[in-house]
Amino acid sequence: MTDNPTPSATTTAAATTTAAAATGAAAATDVVHLTAAATAAAIAAGELSAVEATQAALDRIAKVDDTIHAFLHVDAEGALAAARSVDERRAAGERLGPLAGVPLALKDVLTARGMPTTCGSRILEGWHAPYDATVVSRLRAADVVLLGKVNMDEFAMGSSTENSAYGPTRNPWDTTRIPGGSSGGSAAAVAALEAPLAIGTDTGGSIRQPAAVCGLVGVKPTYGGVSRYGLVAFSSSLDQAGPLARTVTDAALLHAAIAGHDPLDSTSVDVPVPAVVAAAGRRDIRGVRVGVVRELAGDGYDPGVEAAFTAAVETLTALGAEVVEVSCPHFTYALPAYYLIAPSECSSNLARFDAMRFGLRIGDDGQAGAEEVMSRTREAGFGPEVKRRIILGTYALSSGYYDAYYGQAQKVRTLISRDFSAAFEQVDVLVSPTTPTPAFPLGAKVDDPVAMYLSDLCTIPSNLAGGPAMSLPAGLVDGLPVGIQIMAPPFADDRLYLVGGALEEALDARRGHPLLDEAPAL
Amino acid sequence: MSTAAPASALPSYADALARYEPVIGLETHVELGTVSKMFCGCPTAFGAEPNTQVCPVCLGLPGSLPVVNEAAVRFAVMIGLALHCDIASWCRFARKNYFYPDMPKNFQISQYDEPLCTDGWLDVEVDGEVHRVGITRVHMEEDTGKSLHVGGATGRIHGATHSLVDYNRAGIPLVEIVTEPDVRSPEVARAYVDELRELIRALGVSDVRMEQGSLRCDANVSLRRRPAPGEPDAPFGTRTETKNLNSLRSVERAVRYEITRQAGLLDDGERIRQETRHFDEAAGRTSSGRSKEEATDYRYFPEPDLTPLALPVQYVDELRVGLPELPAARRARLIAEHGYTTRDLTDLRNAGVLDLVEQTVAAGAAPAAARKWWLNELARRAADAGSQPSDLAITAADVARITVLVAAGELTDALARKVIDGVLAGEGTPDEVVAGRGLAVVADDGALTAAVDAAIAAAPDIAEKVRGGKVNAVGPLVGAVMKAMKGQADAASVRGLLLERLGAS
Ligand SMILES: [Zn+2]
Repeated sequence: MTDNPTPSATTTAAATTTAAAATGAAAATDVVHLTAAATAAAIAAGELSAVEATQAALDRIAKVDDTIHAFLHVDAEGALAAARSVDERRAAGERLGPLAGVPLALKDVLTARGMPTTCGSRILEGWHAPYDATVVSRLRAADVVLLGKVNMDEFAMGSSTENSAYGPTRNPWDTTRIPGGSSGGSAAAVAALEAPLAIGTDTGGSIRQPAAVCGLVGVKPTYGGVSRYGLVAFSSSLDQAGPLARTVTDAALLHAAIAGHDPLDSTSVDVPVPAVVAAAGRRDIRGVRVGVVRELAGDGYDPGVEAAFTAAVETLTALGAEVVEVSCPHFTYALPAYYLIAPSECSSNLARFDAMRFGLRIGDDGQAGAEEVMSRTREAGFGPEVKRRIILGTYALSSGYYDAYYGQAQKVRTLISRDFSAAFEQVDVLVSPTTPTPAFPLGAKVDDPVAMYLSDLCTIPSNLAGGPAMSLPAGLVDGLPVGIQIMAPPFADDRLYLVGGALEEALDARRGHPLLDEAPAL
Repeated sequence: MSTAAPASALPSYADALARYEPVIGLETHVELGTVSKMFCGCPTAFGAEPNTQVCPVCLGLPGSLPVVNEAAVRFAVMIGLALHCDIASWCRFARKNYFYPDMPKNFQISQYDEPLCTDGWLDVEVDGEVHRVGITRVHMEEDTGKSLHVGGATGRIHGATHSLVDYNRAGIPLVEIVTEPDVRSPEVARAYVDELRELIRALGVSDVRMEQGSLRCDANVSLRRRPAPGEPDAPFGTRTETKNLNSLRSVERAVRYEITRQAGLLDDGERIRQETRHFDEAAGRTSSGRSKEEATDYRYFPEPDLTPLALPVQYVDELRVGLPELPAARRARLIAEHGYTTRDLTDLRNAGVLDLVEQTVAAGAAPAAARKWWLNELARRAADAGSQPSDLAITAADVARITVLVAAGELTDALARKVIDGVLAGEGTPDEVVAGRGLAVVADDGALTAAVDAAIAAAPDIAEKVRGGKVNAVGPLVGAVMKAMKGQADAASVRGLLLERLGAS
């Protein structure tokens, strides 16, 4: 690899944006190709204004979102006002952050003042949160421009974004296919060049699986690394917000902007944020020990996915990593354990949607009692997958069943954590395919929830154990992107970026361009 | 309907007790007097306009998260320590799931099988006998909002056209204190709640006002047949839980009613239904609420939004060492040092003057005098004014000074009352009032002697009786002298002087 040039983040982006660089960023179609790092650099250098970058994103949304349907709410006015403020302060000589003026798409599960928060559900239609999620206040503090809210599976329950009450989002690589889920809107927005960055949330793979099937980098940070305050809870012990981006460096910049201890979230951990941006730029993984998880392969995995994964692992070896196979025997039980823990917590978390204080209210005719109004509202307001999980979770927590279901699942969780700990005594990171298959066609699995659940087979263990994990593009299978997943121990998020940065560079160099450049024009 | 036995069918309380032994356990909820709520920064002040002390967290808005209030944990540990409990080195919060409109999240953050404090006791004295009540557990939880039912009769949900909810109370920190089923009489039940209230008041962790709901009590009552001599105890019977008893008197009355009601059912061969019951203060009866069969399955599970509480040993030890003097120790000290009886202390406490008496003694009064003036004179004046003795505009130091003046013979009791009038009227310290109103006892023997002689001369028949040995006939002469002296004489001295003059002493 030493023969190859070592392009910086900006020059990598420049490969896709020669026209923009040459003509001084005037053409909006070129601006939207810029990575976040390149956008920020151009704004900082005065070559591009934040308003221009924002307007370019808004124009792109106007052009393609009828097809993609990533956005549930576009806050053009708010975005342009934020962008103007960046330009004014930059002009006044103020020193701004590394993402100042960069547009971003926010998953509609995080609260933001001035915008609706629906969680993809009918039951929250019209609700405006009176407060900002901590992730949102940190983005605002970093002068990131919030374009609006993007689509998701209702309350983050799903792997295809087909469970949104507001209609499905389409995969920019093939608009007859799903963009993954539950952060499908976030992934589709970034892949369709509507925004260089997006925030997603990941409870069982909801950032990494959409990133994989849309050809992006997506990271689930360590549980406790990013505040959950203002993240409308699906499963409190698993949910974590994180970045979706086109490059490892962009993901690192966004990760650094949102991470860190928050006194408003008791499960947020007061430790220094891992040096993810520096790790992303190091590009040297000689001697890094990489473990291939034996259990995350074989039956049910698309041969194309396995081939792309194997090629990526060979690249890691070529880069000087020491690759070994490791066994995590309890990963086999991760999926059933997840489908007890997550629904149990969701059955309690979603109890507050009762028509009393916010959101939808059905049947309040002056005659019906509170219980009847609650019941009718929940009947009308929740979709079938949400109801399925509420019922599942209510059952699993019931007196007499708790030990057999929730209790057992928590034991499995401990065993999976031990598998990780044992593996990380031998290796620095673990790798696997991100998903067993590429994006499937819309509607293919809507009637088979269990087949849908299998999409998260590889991603769930990291949620159960709390460690960080990244998906980055491994290659194409029949023209559709697939991902490789990198997993690290809790609070070693920097290792994902170290390995991911080097691998991305090598794969891009072999291909001659970033994978996303192969996406069809919209 | 087993729940609506006619009152006429009830056996007398004495009959019920003769056949059955009551088994009583108490669950007490205490609102902690923290400045902010259990899991957010909202204030806890009582009586604010509805829904003015709320935020995303205590309203349960989507995305909000709880953060534990350290002061609430500290207060709960203090209560546990004062009740001789073990304090858990590691414990967790749990979610108690059920739907109700005044529950913002439709779950309550509470503790389930891992409470903060376990295995304690509290000694309670009734009629000179000490009863040790076992404490099963003390755990922390958050309060719910408060429903106000509008349009029906007296705020009840039946007949109401709609309900309003005030979430100011939602999230106020509570502890729940659960006893073992150790209590065997309504009197001990009442005394337990009374003693617990005193204990918590002494700790300064709650204002424990039952009428404002900052201390609420539920009573579990069951009966078992008294064993014949030599027989083992019968197993516990089915229990009922009477909720939200909001005065000491209600605790005693509700338990007493439940004993007779259950005895009546058992006498008729009926079964007791396990259920919650409500106590109607006006009627003095309990009535059926929710039965256990329809009761919610609370689906408890560990609260995933909060990390477990692991209190350092040092933290608990510091609180243990820092506990204030507790009521039982204080009573023992006051009996030993001030010579009060248990009865005196009960009277002083019931009159709300125990602290004031202690301060008055500390300021120099004799214990008996401090007790007398606060209990008889000042408590009555406070009651007349509809206020608390502690609200009177007179300090313990003022009262101490007055008792000193009386003891020195410089004031009579009658004059002392006038001094109190003056102090309460804002005329200054007792000494300033004595000077200002000219209230000192007249020590001028000349004036007094003249008045005595004048009184004897004016009533020669009475004087003759007294001289003849009828000492008690001197009363009218004492009255005449006191009148002549305008009260500024000491009645006992006047009497002595008269008897001396008449040769009857
Ligand atoms: Zn609050």
